[in-house]
Amino acid sequence: MSDDLKALKALLQDTPAPDAEKKHENIALAEKNFADLQGSRDGARPTSETKPKRGWLNTGVRALLNSLTTRGALAATTSVATLGLVVFVLLPQGGSEGFLPKKAKAPEDVSTAIATEEMAAESEPTLQYLEAPKEGQLEILEQVQPAPRASVAADRMMATGGANGQIRPVHPIANFEDHNISRPMPEFDADGETYANEAPNPLKVTREEPVSTFSIDVDTASYSIIRSSLTNGYLPDPEAVRIEEMINYFPYNYPAPAGDVPFQQTVTMIETPWNPDTSLVHIGIQGEMPVIDNRPPLNLVFLVDTSGSMNQPDKLPLLKQSFRLMLGQLRPEDQVAIVAYAGSAGEVLAPTAASESSKILAALDQLESGGGTAGEAGLEQAYAIAETMQKDGEVSRVLLATDGDFNVGISDPDALESFIKTKRDSGTYLSVLGFGRGNLNDATMQALAQHGNGQAAYIDTLAEAQKSLVDQLTGALYPIANDVKIQVEFNPATVAEYRLIGYETRILNREDFNNDKVDAGDIGAGHSVTAIYEITPVGSPAVKVETLRYSDESAAEFVPSDEMGFLKLRFKRPGETTSELLETPINRNEVNGNDDVRFSAAIAGFGQLLRDDTYLSDWGWDEAIALANGAKGQDEFGYRAEAVTLMRLAKSLQGK
Amino acid sequence: METDDETLALAAANGDGEAFGLLLRRHYDRLFGLCCRLAGNTTEAEDLTQDICAALPAKLANFRGDAKFTTWLYRVAINASHDRRRRRATHARAANNWGDWELNRVAENEEAAQQSDWLATAISTLPVELRDTVILILGEELTQAQAGEILSVSEGTIAWRMSEVKKHLRAYHQKEGYP
Repeated sequence: MSDDLKALKALLQDTPAPDAEKKHENIALAEKNFADLQGSRDGARPTSETKPKRGWLNTGVRALLNSLTTRGALAATTSVATLGLVVFVLLPQGGSEGFLPKKAKAPEDVSTAIATEEMAAESEPTLQYLEAPKEGQLEILEQVQPAPRASVAADRMMATGGANGQIRPVHPIANFEDHNISRPMPEFDADGETYANEAPNPLKVTREEPVSTFSIDVDTASYSIIRSSLTNGYLPDPEAVRIEEMINYFPYNYPAPAGDVPFQQTVTMIETPWNPDTSLVHIGIQGEMPVIDNRPPLNLVFLVDTSGSMNQPDKLPLLKQSFRLMLGQLRPEDQVAIVAYAGSAGEVLAPTAASESSKILAALDQLESGGGTAGEAGLEQAYAIAETMQKDGEVSRVLLATDGDFNVGISDPDALESFIKTKRDSGTYLSVLGFGRGNLNDATMQALAQHGNGQAAYIDTLAEAQKSLVDQLTGALYPIANDVKIQVEFNPATVAEYRLIGYETRILNREDFNNDKVDAGDIGAGHSVTAIYEITPVGSPAVKVETLRYSDESAAEFVPSDEMGFLKLRFKRPGETTSELLETPINRNEVNGNDDVRFSAAIAGFGQLLRDDTYLSDWGWDEAIALANGAKGQDEFGYRAEAVTLMRLAKSLQGK
Repeated sequence: METDDETLALAAANGDGEAFGLLLRRHYDRLFGLCCRLAGNTTEAEDLTQDICAALPAKLANFRGDAKFTTWLYRVAINASHDRRRRRATHARAANNWGDWELNRVAENEEAAQQSDWLATAISTLPVELRDTVILILGEELTQAQAGEILSVSEGTIAWRMSEVKKHLRAYHQKEGYP
């Protein structure tokens, strides 16, 4: 490439990044126009005839010619005919393309060109391509053909014109401005969906980095988002796939804690379904289920987003139904308040005992959507109300229901986070319920719930509301352990490499484990949490990273042992500020695993197939489906059967 | 790992709003980049992008899946830029735009600024079809075949146009005495 072209390329490549606000406005505009178009579809939708391709010449122009009566056109016809025009045609090198005209035999054909031109372009100089004729590239065709033939493989017509020999291809599709170009800006401000995710966890070499530390995560939003995408016929955005949330979506029957600790950890080692030469270390944590009858009264503040964007069947109406379901599960002594935020925040229902259900239901029904969203103003009010409701020993929680938009007030997740952190320390927690698709701001949802010691759930169906709000009511609302951190130290003598599947957004620094100031995830009553490592034993043919030639090879310093690693858990009891430590060795003992273990492995595979299947080699959908199907177990609520259905859907969508 | 553009585009052409949104988000940045190259300055590029976004739903109703979606989108964008230029701008103004953009953008590096400014002016003097071609080939890094499909000309024409661009730049050099 010449230097000129190189410089030109550099210049052309250096374009500014799109402005985020403009982007969001433009996408919103396009989506509004799209929606409008659907409304008036029959009228607005052009037929295929309006975008002429080959057939155009035979239909449109013929018709045009038949009705061609304007004086100018007729004059042109005549004058051109009398000129005895010689017609040039451009035959580009190597191309079979080209409108093959004939010598100006029939005037009507020339008028075709002129008329077409007049139709397509009011001001000709800018519309035409002025192809600089090059010597040797032009041929004068003297041959006579019966009719213009468009042997054009593309959708423009080259027509011949003027006695000056210019060759003018005319763009018949240059009718762009016929469409609604400058529509006014729409009122709503969807920002598109934003997801919180990190690159998949890389493979770690035990010798170099033996310790893996992360925070537990009991969110389930990612699974519901994936389900919503798949049932609508799309593969989800890989960024929306958080594997640990998929795994933790399902209830598992891990051994319940005995004794004083609030949860029990169980470690199982099984053969990796997708790689016979590696193993999965499966860590299942089961939270205790306190006797429900004795639970302290709940103080719930529903903070409901009633912005304009919530006005869709799967948003506000579904939210109302969900809350109705949940009300049935509350005790007479529980308290409920409702705050709406839409432009200005407002208390819809003052704290009311759950026994007065008709009053609460009436207030719920009053909620209507409309106006902009001021997330923070509503949040402040909800927290203020929650604080007035709180008595000693009681749990207060704000339940924020939104489609994810916080576009007035603090829209910066960091600022919102710090607000919620402060409130969390004063004893009010926050859970976030996401509704609807389109402008779901997953990143903000995550940030809020994570810092409010709560759960982020995405509610796409009433069944999901039943699961998140009713079946797991106590868990979602009643924490039993805070800041639960997991640290695994692998033994370099037995484990060559390892990788944590999922938890990308929850990774902690090694030193954070013992630092009680560092926040981490919380476990609610009866919650189970699962973490899975894929490990490659020393000497396995699956070892990916070779040992260094010059590194210290004195493996003898490691005591050969059956210990693959050592699991440490830290947690705080609710209200405490210092953590307690639990420790368990991970022994080499590969077993078949029960249904729970195998099902969670299948879901780990499912997640990787959706996100990044680097480590799966040829293990695919069929294997994932078979594994999940064989490990459904009791499946009381049909969650696992649903997962298998989703895998089948994903398989056909991916076309594999 | 994701649904291909053509499937989404056909779904959108049949009225699927979610598919439309997904598709537009997937291609917005690329579209904006192309608009910058076509328009020559950021302000114009933003207006052009907005025009395209506004009209895209109606355009997409015509998408039949006989070309790749990206090819189709490039075509729509280029036609829109022609329309816009026709409606709004004279050739001279377009030339100024390139110059302004450059002057504002790269002031910190004198030499580079000079070079770019020269090029920017040079681009603005190219005939429209050469400019479109050079934007697709150098700016978007498409192959000659892809560019040909978008502009509805043969590969050979694209090759010839690129050689014309080279000639044009050389001639511009000599005339303007740079460097």
